[in-house]
Amino acid sequence: MLRDSDRVFTNLYGQADWRLNGARARGDWDGTKDLIAKGRDWMVEQVKASGLRGRGGAGFPTGLKWTFMPKQPTGRPHYLVVNADEGEPGTCKDRDILRHDPHKFLEGCLLASFAMGAGTCYIYIRGEFYAEASNMQVAIDEAYAAGLIGKNACGSGFDCDIHLHRGAGAYICGEEMALIESLEGKKGQPRLKPPFPAAMGLYGCPTTVNNVETIAVVPAILRRGGAWFAGIGRPKNSGTKIFCISGHVNKPCNVEEEMGIPMRELIDRHAGGVRGGWDNLLAVIPGGSSVPVLPKSICDTVLMDFDALRDVQSGLGTAAVIVMDKSTDIVRAIARLSKFYKHESCGQCTPCREGTGWMWRVMERLVRGDARIDEIGALEEVTRQVEGHTICALGDAAAWPIQGLIRHFRPELERRIHARAAAGAARAAE
Amino acid sequence: MPKLVVDGREIEVPAGVTVLQACEAAGVEVPRFCYHERLSIAGNCRMCLVEMEKSPKPIASCAMPAADGMVIRTDSPMAKKARKGVMEFLLINHPLDCPICDQGGECDLQDQAMAYGFDRSRYIENKRAVEDKEFGPLVKTSMTRCIHCTRCIRFATEVAGVEDLGATGRGEHMEVGTYVEKALASEMSGNIIDLCPVGALTSKPYAFTARPWELRKTESVDVMDAVGSNIRIDARGNEVMRVLPRLNEDINEEWISDKTRFACDGLKRQRLDRPYVRRGGKLVEATWPEAFGAIAEAMKGKSGESIAAIVGDQCDAESMVALKDLVAQLDSPNIDCRQDRAKLDASCRAGYVFNTTIAGIEAADVALLIGTDPRREAAIVNTRLRKRHRMGGFAVGVIGPHIDLTYKYDYLGGGGQTLVELANGRHAFAERLKAAKRPMLILGQGALARPDGAAVLGVARKLAESFGMVRGADHAAGAWNGFNVLHTAAARVGGLDLGLVPGPKGRDVAGILDGAEAGDIKVVFLLAADEINTKRLGEAFVIYQGHHGDSGAQRADVILPGAAYTEKNGTYVNTEGRVQHGYAAISPPGDAREDWKILRALSERLGFKPAYNSLKQVRARLIEISPTFGRPDAIVPSAWGQFGQAQSPVQPQPFLSPVVNFYMTDPIGRASVTMAKCTQAFVLKPAGKTGTDG
Repeated sequence: MLRDSDRVFTNLYGQADWRLNGARARGDWDGTKDLIAKGRDWMVEQVKASGLRGRGGAGFPTGLKWTFMPKQPTGRPHYLVVNADEGEPGTCKDRDILRHDPHKFLEGCLLASFAMGAGTCYIYIRGEFYAEASNMQVAIDEAYAAGLIGKNACGSGFDCDIHLHRGAGAYICGEEMALIESLEGKKGQPRLKPPFPAAMGLYGCPTTVNNVETIAVVPAILRRGGAWFAGIGRPKNSGTKIFCISGHVNKPCNVEEEMGIPMRELIDRHAGGVRGGWDNLLAVIPGGSSVPVLPKSICDTVLMDFDALRDVQSGLGTAAVIVMDKSTDIVRAIARLSKFYKHESCGQCTPCREGTGWMWRVMERLVRGDARIDEIGALEEVTRQVEGHTICALGDAAAWPIQGLIRHFRPELERRIHARAAAGAARAAE
Repeated sequence: MPKLVVDGREIEVPAGVTVLQACEAAGVEVPRFCYHERLSIAGNCRMCLVEMEKSPKPIASCAMPAADGMVIRTDSPMAKKARKGVMEFLLINHPLDCPICDQGGECDLQDQAMAYGFDRSRYIENKRAVEDKEFGPLVKTSMTRCIHCTRCIRFATEVAGVEDLGATGRGEHMEVGTYVEKALASEMSGNIIDLCPVGALTSKPYAFTARPWELRKTESVDVMDAVGSNIRIDARGNEVMRVLPRLNEDINEEWISDKTRFACDGLKRQRLDRPYVRRGGKLVEATWPEAFGAIAEAMKGKSGESIAAIVGDQCDAESMVALKDLVAQLDSPNIDCRQDRAKLDASCRAGYVFNTTIAGIEAADVALLIGTDPRREAAIVNTRLRKRHRMGGFAVGVIGPHIDLTYKYDYLGGGGQTLVELANGRHAFAERLKAAKRPMLILGQGALARPDGAAVLGVARKLAESFGMVRGADHAAGAWNGFNVLHTAAARVGGLDLGLVPGPKGRDVAGILDGAEAGDIKVVFLLAADEINTKRLGEAFVIYQGHHGDSGAQRADVILPGAAYTEKNGTYVNTEGRVQHGYAAISPPGDAREDWKILRALSERLGFKPAYNSLKQVRARLIEISPTFGRPDAIVPSAWGQFGQAQSPVQPQPFLSPVVNFYMTDPIGRASVTMAKCTQAFVLKPAGKTGTDG
């Protein structure tokens, strides 16, 4: 249970003023100049010590990622690009940061830019986030007017421009390389790696792409020290995290909690419990639509962090907890996700372009039981043929929910097939 | 030099190559669809996935740089499974209409499905269908077959320099096309047919005419322009079905222009397949002896000065030397191979060839184009210029027509004035030339084929010399010759090498026409010469030897049917001065014969006995006149010398390109239906195409 004093996002619910004065009252932009004065290396060290892992889904250690950027100026611009293209179904954490705590996030942008020697920071915000982009722009204007960013930001002598760019609503543009392509004005299609963005990113220059939440916790880490952040949660899974609890719970919510909190405690304490009680739980998708679903038996005990969820063949992802009670048609739910990934595939590389459509079509038939038993195995094999064979992770994201479904709910799939066959036989007998 | 292990075999490869290239070097074939050596790397087909040690996922070998200590496996279960999976995905939405697909038999997808695919399909859903796109008269589309490798998009954007193609839509709905329907406005568009690994883009004129295994393949040389692109002629029976490019890194790499590729249907129309003699004002069919008899009759008693010969643009060197020898025997000094009246000087070879060489363009850092439109005069040269442009650090200045060359250039001015200013160092671009390490200039026929052509040539020579474009006696280390003449006629350099220019007191093309009009020239021999104003031949007795019933044949009094380039073993010298041999793919139609044989027979009928009876002996005669003919396929550097007339004034009129219609520059193109369609689509601007039009 996270103590209130350890809370980073103190205006997550927008109850207080989100503008500069309100943010200052909450401690943002306080002594930013002194933090910058401590230097780049100190900042990277603190972030490394904090054990902060990327909050965008993959959980890559942030401090390590920052060290990939060139240490010395290369003569080319360096960029920080913040991924605010929050499109993962079930996820709504960045959105609340953007509209209710934009200054906390902006301060993070400035500090992270400094830590990587980036003179320009782009915030790529999801196109649908109209109000969020509007608040963000107000905050940027305020910060410029107050001298907090721009030339000689916060009086530190460091120049940093921050630009907001609105996307056009493509899920794939939340993938870092596709985001960079989109930012350059091209069609949002992931680029091949290598070269990695730290070597050749935006406009061919060294670039780091970070998630909004990752950047937004940076000021707190620098103020309170990496050790403080590392002290929350479990080793290698430290810190606080915003969980987005949705679905069949009594009180869906966003809540900042300690990493590694038991799932059941998270749901019961903050979301008012599962509709109809814990025993009415069917399954939970613990980290946004792309991670495999977990049945109740695992949900009973599992902890909510990267490694614990990986150990049960799922993942923390964006920590978007989608709760499904026993009224859920689980096959249909997963089929809907397949349709989503089929729709959002960029079409660039073969396994994803062809595979997502195939998987969705089979899933639609499985919903009705209109399939042969061996097609379940074939579907599983198709997901394996997509997984790991694509340029970006969208192929994996499309494959995992189906793998989770087959892993934990195969009897349900078979039951539907048998039921339909039996119904057909009965009709034929009439 | 990174060392890596491919399938257990250690191999050292040059730095900067990809894993796929390293595998090739190790003799391991890696299947691929989207990867192409000459295009940027897309890495999207995923067919080339291989296993790399320490990587949990298979890697796309086409995109991964080879690094020291890599351990690559192309035959491991992981690699095989990845490949098989990708193959299955490619096929699920592929129509599998191979029996009615023109790509059948030469299809990458077919071949690789045989090698790496399943033997049956697990896909029982409906297949995707995609509406076909209209790409104009050359490229036929069948977009349902498209596997989205994006080679065509990358070719159009990178090599051809027209950003017409792109992908619209996402996921399964991704489609390759132009978005707003339009024909591909590129003179290189046919190459996307070769690049397409499946049957999505096929040749429209060739559609449903032949299967690759029915075709007899002959490697030859193109004569549609002076580039001498290396081609492969595919024939069935005695019919040329299509022309494809052949790899030659020094000339055309693996591209050819649309004229080279698609004009071949003109070989079947308007052909001269038997001799004709004009009787009572009408051309009537004749036998060879009758035709020769008519010529002998006309020649009787004519002095050498009253006989003249004009050589056409597509002639092989063998026929040109036979004609030269015949004209010499007739004591006539009146012979010219410069139909367009370009003031080229045959005395100094460096003054009429493309000294830098086409591949050498890549070493240049500044290029000055004078009176030339390389995009239409020599599309392959323009492609190389664009390639150099894409490498960066390349400045191009243009004096002449203001046109879209597919790359950026500085427009300096339209005509002779600018050239003189630049030569005198009074133009801003002179600084660029001065600063350049390897400057080059390209002099087009548009600047030479005018009355002050010799002066232009002289000023260009002066310019080349004063800006250090010519360094070193020959192409030894450090030597550089940036003086280039870009020809438009395949026969021109060969003709100049053989000295097919007027002898002492002889008449050039203009003089011959003047003389014919005035009645001084009594007999004119046109060796496939169609680009002159035949109305000015006056009362002269005209002998036309050629393969097409074009303007020359219409005026002729005797027609001797010759062979087109696909029908004879001929020697051609391209604009670089490179001697190349073309080979007969089919035999000439009807009574038509190889041209040098006709001339030899005619010589004999006229009472001279040439010293050659076989192709070998004719070629020996070629070498006797110009030793470069003994060095086929090689570049023989030419010594720098004096040419042109730098002293006479250059006129200020703008330089105009001789090529107005890229698709119809020769009798074959003019006879071609495909080229006519291209002219309609690309050259004649569609008039009145509005919503209410038709």
